[in-house]
Amino acid sequence: MRRAALMEEKTPILEVRNLVKFFGGVQALRGVSFKLFPREVLALLGDNGAGKSTTIKIISGYLKPDGGEIFLEGKRVIFSSPLHARSMGIETVYQDLALFGVLDVTTNLFIGRETCQLGMLQKRAMERETWQILQKMRTTIKSIRQKVQTLSGGQQHAVAIGRSVYVGGVPKILIMDEPTAGLGIEESQKVLELIRELREKGIAIILISHNLEHVFCVANRIVVLRSGELVGERCTEETNQSEVVHLMMGVTC
Amino acid sequence: MVFPPTSQYKEGGMVLLSRSEVNVFVFFGVLFVVLGILSPNFLDLFNLSNLTRQISLYAIIAAGETMVMTSGGIDLSVGSVLALSGVLAAMLNAMGNNYMVISVGIGAGILCGLGNGFLVSKLRINPFIVTLGMLNIARGVVLVITKGFPIPVYRGALLTLGQGSILGIPILFLFMGVVGMIMALILGRTRFGTHLKAIGSNEPAAWAMGINVPRVKLLTYTLSGLLAGLAGLLLAGRLSAGQANAGVGWELDAIAAVIIGGTSLMGGEGSVVGSLVGAALLGVIRNALVLFGVSMYWQTVVIGCILIGGIALGSIREIRKVGY
Repeated sequence: MRRAALMEEKTPILEVRNLVKFFGGVQALRGVSFKLFPREVLALLGDNGAGKSTTIKIISGYLKPDGGEIFLEGKRVIFSSPLHARSMGIETVYQDLALFGVLDVTTNLFIGRETCQLGMLQKRAMERETWQILQKMRTTIKSIRQKVQTLSGGQQHAVAIGRSVYVGGVPKILIMDEPTAGLGIEESQKVLELIRELREKGIAIILISHNLEHVFCVANRIVVLRSGELVGERCTEETNQSEVVHLMMGVTC
Repeated sequence: MVFPPTSQYKEGGMVLLSRSEVNVFVFFGVLFVVLGILSPNFLDLFNLSNLTRQISLYAIIAAGETMVMTSGGIDLSVGSVLALSGVLAAMLNAMGNNYMVISVGIGAGILCGLGNGFLVSKLRINPFIVTLGMLNIARGVVLVITKGFPIPVYRGALLTLGQGSILGIPILFLFMGVVGMIMALILGRTRFGTHLKAIGSNEPAAWAMGINVPRVKLLTYTLSGLLAGLAGLLLAGRLSAGQANAGVGWELDAIAAVIIGGTSLMGGEGSVVGSLVGAALLGVIRNALVLFGVSMYWQTVVIGCILIGGIALGSIREIRKVGY
């Protein structure tokens, strides 16, 4: 029904076909294919080692695939680096947040996108913008000159998410690897709310989470990976937690 | 969204010096005054200009080392590269073309740095190993070329650079000032410097955020090589000779100066100004030990104690935070 409607109406903003990745002798991905449509939250689920993080690291340009293709808005792309993917509008919030602990909030927010004039950093301009971004995110961060490692877990999440969403224009695709892991209830709700907000703005989101409640809360569609293979694809409305768990575990019900 | 609204963010003026830099500055100042009072010879003009020249050379390679160490790496080859550059420059100097002398001297440094950078960034070999290898290679080449004999420098720009003064200020010192300023600007005010710190702080994250990690590393080691080459030229001029054993152990002094200056051995945080003062501190302490007639052998012991002592002061502050 809804899924069919989605597929007919829109062309996918991102499509991956037959992604293959080896780590030494271990095959992490065995031909993963799926589509991501505009204005949808796609949840990528699977048990530990299923290949979720490997998949998104390929899409974000961090890893090079050993096989398969990526299509962005219908055009085939080969990402040479995360810089390349970022410049095409793909932003990623990594599971470990990819922050620079000894550097300050401003530097972390603007990393790779520094404002420069005649080769010199425009620190004041960046600090002003940092201030605005933090207000937008309503964080409790007191000083933008603070080292990021001195921030609380929730504040660090805010920096990592703010960097992907509010610096350098609105991304087309936002990938979030476990964005609620390690967060309190309130903070998790905040992140989920933000995900909905961003979807309304027209950003397509790929979400990885172990928390099925969160997934069912925000996702439109779910794809399930197991041992590097895609084993199921469901619309959130047409499935339930136990079916998804069965798919993840490989038990038929 | 239930977080309390944020009211105030700290947004004061630019911080000129970090705390560790201030510490070295204060220590340096106190030492300078004390020595001036205790030893009449210390403030002697001849002693001071000699001291300044010596410090300047240390400081130039320490500036390059600061960049490398901020990126989380290390460059052990600077002492040998310096000797190679000095010897090549001294040999060419006999032929008389100043431009060639200078470009070959600096070029040798750049080439060694490029080699280091390539091996570290593209082949991903540990920088300790790579630059230890380069230390031996460059020194070996110097010994092959010179067979251990000094190559005299009789004339030319080399001598002027190494021994001349402008308005009573040694040219070497001016070089150090310019190099220090440029390096401080690069590290503190440019995109490249920021990326350097990011790599030192969290290399995988730097890659994930779109930083061209191999290129930044390649440039960093090249920069360090360039400055070692420059220091080699200047040293050959200062000593009126390209010497095979020039700069032996200088890499360790440079590293000591960098660490005393407040650059983190873990990478991510670095201060060029701190390193310059660190180099000056080491130079002044050596000078003082000479003036007080302390034996050469004991001098090394004292330098070692100061290095450990200086770092210990810093880590005592950290202990409270860690909890064990």
